[in-house]
Amino acid sequence: MSGRASPALGLGAALFAVFALAAALSLAWTPHDVAALDIAGRLAGPSAAHWLGTDHFGRDIVSMLMVGARTSIAVAIVAVGMGLALGVPLGLWAAARHGGLIDEAIMRGNDLVFAFPALVIAILITAVFGPSAVNAILAIGIFNTPVFARVTRGAALSLWTLDYILAARVAGKGAVRISVEHILPNIANLLVVQGTIQFSLGILAEAGLSYVGLGAQPPVPSWGRMLAESQTMIAFAPQLALLPGLAIVLTVLGLNLMGDGLRDFLDPRLRRAR
Amino acid sequence: MTAGAALSAAGLGVTIRGRPALSGLGFDIRPGGVFGLVGESGSGKSMTALALMGLLPDGARATGRVEMGGRDILGLPESEMCALRGREIGMIFQEPMTALNPVQTIGAQVAETLVVHGAADRAGARAAAADRLARVGLPADRVPPTRYPHELSGGQRQRVCIAMAVALRPKLLIADEPTTALDVTTQAKILDLLGRLVAEDGMSLMLITHDLSVVAGMAERVAVMQEGRIVETAATEALFRRRAHPYTRRLFAAASHVPGRTAAAAGARPAPLLEVREAVRDYPLARRGLWGAPPVFRAVNRVSFTLDEGESLGLVGESGCGKSTLTRAILGLEPLQGGAIRLDGEEVRAGAAMPPSLRRRMQVVFQDPYGSFNPRHRVARLVAEPFHLMGGPPPDARERVAAALAAVGLGPGDMDRFIHEFSGGQRQRIAIARALIIRPKLIVLDEAVSALDVSIRAQILDLLADLQGRFGLSYLFISHDLTVVRAITDRVLVMKAGEIVEEGGTGAVFAAPRHRYTQQLIAAAPAIPEHWMENGHGA
Repeated sequence: MSGRASPALGLGAALFAVFALAAALSLAWTPHDVAALDIAGRLAGPSAAHWLGTDHFGRDIVSMLMVGARTSIAVAIVAVGMGLALGVPLGLWAAARHGGLIDEAIMRGNDLVFAFPALVIAILITAVFGPSAVNAILAIGIFNTPVFARVTRGAALSLWTLDYILAARVAGKGAVRISVEHILPNIANLLVVQGTIQFSLGILAEAGLSYVGLGAQPPVPSWGRMLAESQTMIAFAPQLALLPGLAIVLTVLGLNLMGDGLRDFLDPRLRRAR
Repeated sequence: MTAGAALSAAGLGVTIRGRPALSGLGFDIRPGGVFGLVGESGSGKSMTALALMGLLPDGARATGRVEMGGRDILGLPESEMCALRGREIGMIFQEPMTALNPVQTIGAQVAETLVVHGAADRAGARAAAADRLARVGLPADRVPPTRYPHELSGGQRQRVCIAMAVALRPKLLIADEPTTALDVTTQAKILDLLGRLVAEDGMSLMLITHDLSVVAGMAERVAVMQEGRIVETAATEALFRRRAHPYTRRLFAAASHVPGRTAAAAGARPAPLLEVREAVRDYPLARRGLWGAPPVFRAVNRVSFTLDEGESLGLVGESGCGKSTLTRAILGLEPLQGGAIRLDGEEVRAGAAMPPSLRRRMQVVFQDPYGSFNPRHRVARLVAEPFHLMGGPPPDARERVAAALAAVGLGPGDMDRFIHEFSGGQRQRIAIARALIIRPKLIVLDEAVSALDVSIRAQILDLLADLQGRFGLSYLFISHDLTVVRAITDRVLVMKAGEIVEEGGTGAVFAAPRHRYTQQLIAAAPAIPEHWMENGHGA
């Protein structure tokens, strides 16, 4: 894996790194306590004490954005992890039993999940089990599963027809062993790229759920809720909506650029064509 | 440079990023003449064609002169080359499936060529396209122009490519390995078609191939290429008779190479190793409706044969005849729907039902030296894979891998390299080492030398013959290539549409084929006239 990195990959990775570092830093330190209210100093403009000003409760925007990044990234990581942990084995299993009952059952189950609009079901889950960050993660993770299952199955199917898989079967290796030893390493790059894309979708979904009040609950700051809370004040304090909006856009853009760049970087066929 | 030539090249060279790829090529192609360009892979045959068409890859630069109709086409700007391509020079490629657009009908693709060059309007082009397709043997009543490429056979697809290339009656047609991907009987028909078009249109043909017997039957002049240079060029018969250049001699020797094999010990008939009895293999086809069993396709129909210990048995047939399906059943990868396969008297059953002790008695070598190995593993691990059948690698695994590599002519230093560091021939050696590592009794060679150049092929055939003598191996040699089967097998089976139509000693079957299909196969295989090859190489 020694292709030339494209500018998109570098830019995307840099954008995402900014937010990832901010999120990591927020674990140890934020400029101000995000729960500390300061009604007297509310809606202040940028100053030495508050770099991006304060919101309608006088909370520090920089601190809230940092912790919001942490919430978004944590939700997205767990949701993508869940999608990978469930979807990849299902996809490998379906590919190994291609054309059989198992394959049919897994893929039709996938179709079933795909058939529902993801956000609506996420709202349903959180409405039934109560709004919380954990339920948001579950909802997003469930919808990541069929995506990974389908990508894995598609890539694995084309590998199963290759001669080295036949050779492994002639060597008496079973489906599980072949899947782990031969197929998984050869589709890993695809999964990395898909993971990056799902990560950005996860951040969007978390923002969406928090926006309608079904994600992270107060006082934990989240980008989506910051947007929701600031919309009534958009006429006189537009920066309150713009800043979290910008954070969402830049993170998602960074991740998408990174995904595209990684695909070009990891795919030897595309690399040769360049 | 000859006046009146359809195309004449002088001092044609190509450099890729400063490195010379072709140098000092000179040849003339007579109007209505067939010019053969022969060489092994990497010799620069295809690069020559691309240079003539002005289609060189990025970073490549052509030098010298290529004259066509009195002007040098090498220096023409791209817009003029576009007008030239298709109208003056047509080209067809090895793989017709990838040369056609899969989502357009064949009629539309042929019409496109006519419209692009302003030879017809849309409506006129449709009628003209049907006409051109009929001319290459695809009449509208049998193969309508509304078909898509995937609905055609390989030979029919190549006909579509030819129809596109000659739609505007170009002065020169460049055919780059036009029949290499096709079966032998289809190849004969496509070569016939090309010959007919040349005769009818007075078109010149540049035939690029690795196959000496193809140019022998087609070309009037032949050039032999090696490492970007033409080493010898002459009238076909003269070149075949004289073989002046040492490389030409080596190429001819390799193409007709017959490995020296130790004759099977005379006396008692050896024990049968593999017995196939009335084997039947069905595939379910797409369901017709929601209910009812899907219809089946019988790929292997009641096939029976026996392979003795120490014997080489050939299985010959064209693509789609069921030979690969039969191979998978023999290897215990897919179940039979009827009959039985026995190895050493034990029944072969597909899947987990087959004990490792039985599986370890046979191994396989595949055709594609590129697809046969997991690109992420090192050679030591690749070759050691069959140890799985022994319940894991033995303590002396590395020594045994080294020994297997040594047996196929590779060194122990190759163990820690990745597969992409090896050439096609070396990869095929590694595949044989992998098959040998657990000392099987039977090795199934599925088109194992078909993808290799003739000189590499000769080496691999020698290696196989040598290993057979040393380890007492039996081979089931599956191939569409009659020359190879003839060189390496004792007995041969001919398969057609899922059935064995002829069986017998290799020499006897080739000398006097009894079944009509076998006769067709042997007649269709291009051959160098025997009297051209007499009197060795001298004078």
